Amino acid sequence: MPKYELILLKNMAQASYTGSLGDYERAGGYQALRKVLGTLAPAELTEMVKKSGLRGRGGAGFPTGVKWSFIPKDHPGPRYLVCNADESEPGTFKDRQLMERDPHQMIEGMILAAYAIGVRTAYIYIRGEFVLGAKVLERALADAYRAAYLGANILGKGFALDIYLHRGAGAYICGEETALLESLEGKRGLPRVKPPFPATHGLFQKPTVVNNVETLANLPHIVNRGPEWFASTGNPPKGTGTRVFCLSGHVKRPGNYEVPMGITFREMIFELAGGMRGDKPLKAFIPGGASAAFFTPQHLDVKMYFESVAQAGSMLGSGGVTVMEEGTCMVWAAENLLHFFNHESCGKCTPCREGSAWLLQILRRIDHGKGKMEDLDTLARLCPNIAGRTVCAFGDAEIAPILSTLQYFREEYEAHIREQRCPLRPQPAPELITVGH
Amino acid sequence: MLAEKHKDKIASIIARYAEKRGALLPLLWLAQEEHGHISEEAMREIAGLLDLTPPQVFETVTFYTMYNRRPVGKHHIQVCRSLMCALVGTETLLGWLKTKLGITTGQTTPDGFFTLSQVECLASCGTGPMMQINDDYYEGLTQEKVNRILDDLKRDGKCALATGPFMWPEPAEKSVNR
Repeated sequence: MPKYELILLKNMAQASYTGSLGDYERAGGYQALRKVLGTLAPAELTEMVKKSGLRGRGGAGFPTGVKWSFIPKDHPGPRYLVCNADESEPGTFKDRQLMERDPHQMIEGMILAAYAIGVRTAYIYIRGEFVLGAKVLERALADAYRAAYLGANILGKGFALDIYLHRGAGAYICGEETALLESLEGKRGLPRVKPPFPATHGLFQKPTVVNNVETLANLPHIVNRGPEWFASTGNPPKGTGTRVFCLSGHVKRPGNYEVPMGITFREMIFELAGGMRGDKPLKAFIPGGASAAFFTPQHLDVKMYFESVAQAGSMLGSGGVTVMEEGTCMVWAAENLLHFFNHESCGKCTPCREGSAWLLQILRRIDHGKGKMEDLDTLARLCPNIAGRTVCAFGDAEIAPILSTLQYFREEYEAHIREQRCPLRPQPAPELITVGH
Repeated sequence: MLAEKHKDKIASIIARYAEKRGALLPLLWLAQEEHGHISEEAMREIAGLLDLTPPQVFETVTFYTMYNRRPVGKHHIQVCRSLMCALVGTETLLGWLKTKLGITTGQTTPDGFFTLSQVECLASCGTGPMMQINDDYYEGLTQEKVNRILDDLKRDGKCALATGPFMWPEPAEKSVNR
């Protein structure tokens, strides 16, 4: 028995649940849509979602109902809804599960969102690697069309919606909503300068809402059980609802855990995920995906909701919690993440494009026993020249692993330089692929 | 040529977007599914279909890592190298693959069966170390599993160890519904 009531993972937690339309309907699926169509005005649904306190589950945590209300009411011409299924933040693998195991939950959420915003065309932007997820969704969409949950006259109530699946092709940055829109338009995924925001100038320069898979999957439950119920769960008023956290690294039971917002990292890591894999103590953990600053054991009692994690100096982000045991080299860990950021920088902004390459080279030098003490000052000087000086948040993300490991593990960096080797690994570090694009 | 073989499909894809260029990524996928990679000839053809210039297609193709501009082996092995997998054994996994295949990353076996690449996070962080081979994910890898996967693929072209609809931890046999 799970300790907490499952909402989003409830259906799939039963071994016999296949995620088919029939299974979803038998579990109460599409009741929310029936309830809304014909009884609630779109604006009332938006109010309901505002009242629930639901915040975006993709990373930024922006209130969903408020995001919807930014769409101009009387805009002529089309407006769009896009489901962001480009799950790429290292440490995160919840959307994949939500889509592959219970695709109709997300699709029903999309139809509800489209109704609230007055959208007739919606897209699911799914990362290219999720071939199985794309197949599952294609089939689910076809079934939903056949059952008149999609199409020209949904459930005979006069509401029309088409949903198209659009596959990405391997680019982390396309999870950033304006890069995603560029990619959906068939271009390189380069984030746009904001303002204007997608709410007024989105896909094809039309008003557009981009919502994450998990955000959308919450909507049927908010309708079915009421916004008051949702607003009373989790850690109200600012952290309402559950969150599917993704546990990875050196824990006994890695995986996806749906819990009310606001439990502590200690409970998550040591109870739900079974504690440390070996008998080694916990050394550090990342609380919210690769873009979040590292935490140490002193942060274990921080509560898992947006504000509390931000106050402690990191971010809840995408909900990916990566746990590292004693003996893990922090310079190596930061270097691995900078390899990711260097590879995935879209190249639009100089501070990020060039900065990530320099940061990676310096970290690699230190890890390979060729560092100098001045390198630490160079790192500390480079980082603030990247953060806040780029079009999107990628620049801030790429410095988080460095600044936080320097803050909490500076002596480990110094030991690498003093001893001209990694003090934690008996062997010299293996050669890695070269820096650059 | 794509247009002759997939005329209706191409038309239905283009109809999904308010501007023709929106169909570019889907048509590139179609070309890659057809030929295993995207040739300059295919890029020119797609440019013509979407009223774009060939450089507009080229600039898009080169941005995305999954579009192969050169042919790859029949089975393209992509090992996740990002931190979450690296913590639980990317290097060991690569070692097994390199030994078994006799190639290093970026290379293709002489028989053309396998290409070995390292890629960034594939959203499989709780089940590392892992790799994607063509469309399929293979997770929680051990040396025995790796050997079986490569043998099966070479012999049968497929392997039953590919991950199905993903859930981790796996659902318990008994209902946990309350």
